[in-house]
Amino acid sequence: MSTVITGNTGDWEIVVGLEVHAQVISQAKLFSGASATYGGEPNTHVSLVDAGFPGMLPVLNRECVAQAVRTGLGLNAEINLFSRFDRKNYFYADLPTGYQISQFAHPIVGKGVVIVDLPDGSTREIGVTRLHLEQDAGKSIHDQDPTRSFIDLNRAGVALMEIVSEPDIRCPEEAGAYLRKLRQILRYIGTCDGNMEEGSMRADVNVSVRRPGEEGFRTRCEIKNVNSIRYVMQSIEVEARRQVEIWENGGEVDQETRLFDHVRSETRSLRSKEDAHDYRYFPDPDLLPLEIEQSWVDELKAALPELPEDKRARLEKEYGISRYESGVLTAEQAVADFYETVAKNADARLATNWILGDFFGALNRTGRTIEDSPVSAEGLRELLSLISDSTINGKIAKEVLEDMVETGDSASAIVERKGLRQVTDTGAIEAAINAILEANADKVEQYKSGKDKLFGFFVGQSMKAMKGKANPAMVNDVLRKLLDA
Amino acid sequence: MSTPFDYTLASARDALRARKISARELTEAHLSAIERLDGSLNSFITTTPENALKAADAADATLAKGEGGELCGLPLGIKDLFCTNGTRTTAASNILRDFVPPYESTVTSNLLRDGAIFLGKLNLDEFAMGSGNLNSAFGPAINPWKRNGSDEQLVPGGSSGGSAAAVAAGLVLGATGTDTGGSIRQPAAYTGIAGIKPTYGRCSRFGTIAFASSLDQAGPMARNLQDCAILLRSMAGFDQRDSTSVDTPVPNYEAALNRGVKGLRVGIPKEYHADGMPAEIEALWQQGINWLRDAGAEIKEVSLPHTKYGLPTYYIAALAEASSNLARYDGLRFGARVKADSLDAMYEASRAAGFGEEVKRRILLGTHVLSSGYYDAYYLRAQKVRTLIQQDFLKAYEDVDVLLTPTAPSSAFALNEKPSDPVQMYLNDVFTVPASMAGVPALSVPAGLDGQGLPLGLQLIGKFFDEETLIAAGHVLEQAASFTHRPTIHAGNPA
Repeated sequence: MSTVITGNTGDWEIVVGLEVHAQVISQAKLFSGASATYGGEPNTHVSLVDAGFPGMLPVLNRECVAQAVRTGLGLNAEINLFSRFDRKNYFYADLPTGYQISQFAHPIVGKGVVIVDLPDGSTREIGVTRLHLEQDAGKSIHDQDPTRSFIDLNRAGVALMEIVSEPDIRCPEEAGAYLRKLRQILRYIGTCDGNMEEGSMRADVNVSVRRPGEEGFRTRCEIKNVNSIRYVMQSIEVEARRQVEIWENGGEVDQETRLFDHVRSETRSLRSKEDAHDYRYFPDPDLLPLEIEQSWVDELKAALPELPEDKRARLEKEYGISRYESGVLTAEQAVADFYETVAKNADARLATNWILGDFFGALNRTGRTIEDSPVSAEGLRELLSLISDSTINGKIAKEVLEDMVETGDSASAIVERKGLRQVTDTGAIEAAINAILEANADKVEQYKSGKDKLFGFFVGQSMKAMKGKANPAMVNDVLRKLLDA
Repeated sequence: MSTPFDYTLASARDALRARKISARELTEAHLSAIERLDGSLNSFITTTPENALKAADAADATLAKGEGGELCGLPLGIKDLFCTNGTRTTAASNILRDFVPPYESTVTSNLLRDGAIFLGKLNLDEFAMGSGNLNSAFGPAINPWKRNGSDEQLVPGGSSGGSAAAVAAGLVLGATGTDTGGSIRQPAAYTGIAGIKPTYGRCSRFGTIAFASSLDQAGPMARNLQDCAILLRSMAGFDQRDSTSVDTPVPNYEAALNRGVKGLRVGIPKEYHADGMPAEIEALWQQGINWLRDAGAEIKEVSLPHTKYGLPTYYIAALAEASSNLARYDGLRFGARVKADSLDAMYEASRAAGFGEEVKRRILLGTHVLSSGYYDAYYLRAQKVRTLIQQDFLKAYEDVDVLLTPTAPSSAFALNEKPSDPVQMYLNDVFTVPASMAGVPALSVPAGLDGQGLPLGLQLIGKFFDEETLIAAGHVLEQAASFTHRPTIHAGNPA
């Protein structure tokens, strides 16, 4: 899939690479014991190390390294047993030491790949160049006072994984699909919550354009710190069009860092290449090179949860569901778990249809998520079992589900309370149907003279007469017997 | 014993335990000596007499019960680069002039754990950058030694100049120093005392204000190696808070003192015969060789072929790290701030006012060698040469156990003889820098006086974590030299 921009002088192809900053889920920060929890009163999660006090030294958090390795494994990437931390030097008020500890020359994770699903049902492989660990900076707050800025160091030193993609992305949709897939993998493994609103996942977007079939890449611009998938997609579109216009007017795109303004739907220059920082990277002399054992990597790999792609394949095989269905059902680990709890030892087709249909509908209607679903997986399974064993029919089941959402009662309790048990007494059904046929003698005549479609009318009238509780199969059978006799 | 100032640290320790003197008496005597003499030495930036006396009384109570750590009741001075909880720590810089850390460095914690009493914080070159203690925002420390027949003020060396002056003048029984390229050994040599730069990683750097992280190493400075050995045992040790500290057991260094040098192979690096080195120093070096040979050591000439690159590569590596380490002094969270209209202007004004000339020079040089386009030519190449220098030592240690060299190419110079060219100043470190670059341990012991009556030191360089052999060999030199001279300014001198 690729979006071609048609300019005045012909077509243009978009080339995008993404640098995603994903905040590592960990108790403590990357190099200090301070809490890495989001929120908290300003400057309450700050150690002397984070605040860059004289003589303070970083000590690497083992769990953050494990999280990076797990993520690398989830991206099918090479794990580098040797990696190293470098200092990236620049002055800013929310960077207490005057340098960010990052991995510049030797990242912990090398090349990997992410398989993304595109809206047209096709899949594509997007290459991952590398993943490295680094510290987050603090937060500068400029809107509290007209003349002063405030600094909150709670985030300073929290571990980030920077995941750099190859320039393999060719359109905004692919960028969106890549980010969704990446977020899904991180959430599955439990290494990042992927919450873009809270800033625990942010993207720098590198955009350039070129003629279709053109070798190599043209100058790119980097759009910094885009904090939603929608804005990433919009910014690519807007930036690519800006560059096409420049090239077509005989200009040169300058390599620069830009910001995306979603209100005005434009990108704006932040700094040019000339103003780019000289970060003076060099190995951090306070930290030894990081050497990890293959056996430890193997242990982490063995303990890794099932990844989305593997789960999809398995669900398709075990429950006979389609690729589309498996995609929806594995989008979130919690949904997949819910699905499996319901579908296991049940009619899988029934479970699939109900979850994708009425159950998701109920969630949407109530504004709830799978985590705080008003109906538990066990509760839904019971409801479906009542369908399977003919205690109730599908139509009644919809009513029962609504009641479950509202009252929290179990399906069987509702069926008993409302007397919804399906009528399977042949005599009662025959009596009801006979009454219907007598009242509609004219239609019976029409049916018998060939108007087959009226069969549905008789089914509907019969079900209505029995308040929907009749077993539909039995109603069919009795009707056929009486009408076709 | 005629006065409290005749004690060494070791003999004071024994006297305290034997209750021949109380910690209070010892502490009061030293505090009054500081009062009396430090006006002309300027070895202290901050004194803490109240804390010291309180600690002395506590030590006496402990000693009375027959308890107490190895250093219980012994008055020490702390280089003002070690953060001390509740006591201001300046690094001799205006930017930290009023900085009071809420934490204690690991090295000083260890000394306190063993019962030491701190009399105060000692002068140094700002951020340990210098070889003469001339770069202090609190004024230069003065060497207690004078040239024969002259009252001219001499430098005590640097950067641990205050530590050296205070120990040499008898104001403290021992002091902490830090050594990045010679900052313990050179001032020890200039003031006629002993000093040990341990193996890199032997003492924790946690809580010690950084100059160049890959080189900085704390060590003891005292009258003799026995005292240094006692202090080093307390200061050293693995620390989880310093990833570069090494988890290897700390031996009883004092026990190694009398091992002797019989059969020890001593290397004489031929490249250390520097051009223009005073004949007196060459002669002293030869004297040291003779002393060790007479004591049973085997003398061998060795080659450290990359020695001549030591100084230039040191000044690249050290200053690169320093330029980054000193970025945190921005006036934002602690230290001096100069108000300005914008963040950048505030940085500029605060750092311009807070740092001295030499620190600024070194930050600029360090920033330059890391800059894009220069990194490969300077920093990267320096790192490679550093590896070669380390290999020189490892190769030499295939044939010898220790190396003997002079500590410095001259004796102490006068304050007004400071070279106008900073590079001339850097040459003071020529013999001490290679061991720092390699990370191996080294020490300096006083070995004699030059023609002007000033002390000269000899340096021994050893194998990784083999401080014990160094101490044993150094003690042989001490005994042979029997250096008992006292400087012009000394607490034990008649008033």
